[in-house]
Amino acid sequence: MRFLRIAWLVLRKDVAIELRSYEILSTTLFFAVACVAIFSFAFVREGQAPVDAAAGILWIAIAFSGTLALGRTFERERYGETLKALLLAPAPRPAIYLGKLLGIVALLFATEVIVVPMVAFLFSAPFFSRPGLLVALLGLGTIGYAAVGTLFAAMLVRARTRDVMLPILLYPITIPVIIAGVRGTSALLASPVDEPVAMLWIGLLSFFDVVFVTLSLWTFEPLMTE
Amino acid sequence: MSFDFDRVELSDLSRHFGRRKAVARVSLSLSAGDILGLLGPNGAGKSTLLGMLATLVAPTSGRVTYGGVNASERGQEIRARIGVLAHELHLYPELTARQNLEFFASLHGLADGTMVQTALESAALGDRGEDQVASFSRGMRQRLALERCLLHRPRLVLLDEPFTGLDDRAVRIVADRIRRIASEGAIVVLATHDLDVADGLITRMAVVRAGKLLTDAAIGSGVRQQYRALVESA
Repeated sequence: MRFLRIAWLVLRKDVAIELRSYEILSTTLFFAVACVAIFSFAFVREGQAPVDAAAGILWIAIAFSGTLALGRTFERERYGETLKALLLAPAPRPAIYLGKLLGIVALLFATEVIVVPMVAFLFSAPFFSRPGLLVALLGLGTIGYAAVGTLFAAMLVRARTRDVMLPILLYPITIPVIIAGVRGTSALLASPVDEPVAMLWIGLLSFFDVVFVTLSLWTFEPLMTE
Repeated sequence: MSFDFDRVELSDLSRHFGRRKAVARVSLSLSAGDILGLLGPNGAGKSTLLGMLATLVAPTSGRVTYGGVNASERGQEIRARIGVLAHELHLYPELTARQNLEFFASLHGLADGTMVQTALESAALGDRGEDQVASFSRGMRQRLALERCLLHRPRLVLLDEPFTGLDDRAVRIVADRIRRIASEGAIVVLATHDLDVADGLITRMAVVRAGKLLTDAAIGSGVRQQYRALVESA
């Protein structure tokens, strides 16, 4: 119970800070929208887009804007070394990780609320033919990506080269999540919708989430002790 | 009954970063009521020593015990009795002073609103509680950060350069506050360069140089003279 309470406190604090400035949400959203818009200029010809491009572009926008959100979120904790203050609290340190993870996931969900309809519109992609499957794919993919990203961003908070190191460490490890997200989303865009394949990728994403979140909770404390 | 202690022992404590020995075989014993001045030049190892006392930095060898208990055994309970004021102030500038205190109080499982108001008044910020910390001067932030670190009435108080950016009046207020918490049974470790402020405040002096403890002594004459004599003889 205390574990969840600490995670909630950290999440609530992050939301309160973001609501004062909308700094991270606006930059993340701007980046994701710009990314999708540029791809639409490149790929859409006379109103026609390549069938599978929408899935890849959606996940590229999520992954890249997610990296930006991760960096900015932990930059806030670096200023004033507040991450140290969190680690000094008499609280289970994995609960602090969970609170930060939930904050990142909430930010990415907010970005997806804008970006998914935009990709659907610009690429004429029928994302919403199976809204339940779409939500499952996006939710699980975002959690898997953010789970690894939160751990690495926290680890790198004191590193001078954190901006360079974060994508170098993050992308190779989260490639399976991105691939599963892209393939699952592509299955939703097939005509007719390839539901068994989408379910297969959802199952795989669930497995990745369990592995990544468990490993991150387990390693957060030793990794954060200097 | 929550965990408490009245002694902290550092035994043969070392911390190496690669080949660099930040702290080398330091042994110290601290008791309730002590105000230990941790003195030494930049890079002497004071902050690493404070980090190990705060359980943030793991020793390479040796150990720190809090009332005979190791941090690896009861880390959370020990951290509940430690307050840290670092050079960076551990405050969120986007939040108000009150929100900062309430957040850290909640992390410590304290939900008493009057305690937060008392802390704001102790920081002489009673009428600025709803203002964002970003709008505060360094001195105001420093006072707020001190109250943040004392909110949960810690037994071990670790202060890294607590007088930075304070005017003379604020220095006196903070020094009085430190004396008061020590008289109430806290163990205070104060890392500072400011020998003039340390004079008359600290009750013991530990001089650290190149990671080594040169001395650990009760204060007899003036801090500056004792410090100079020690550093010159080392």
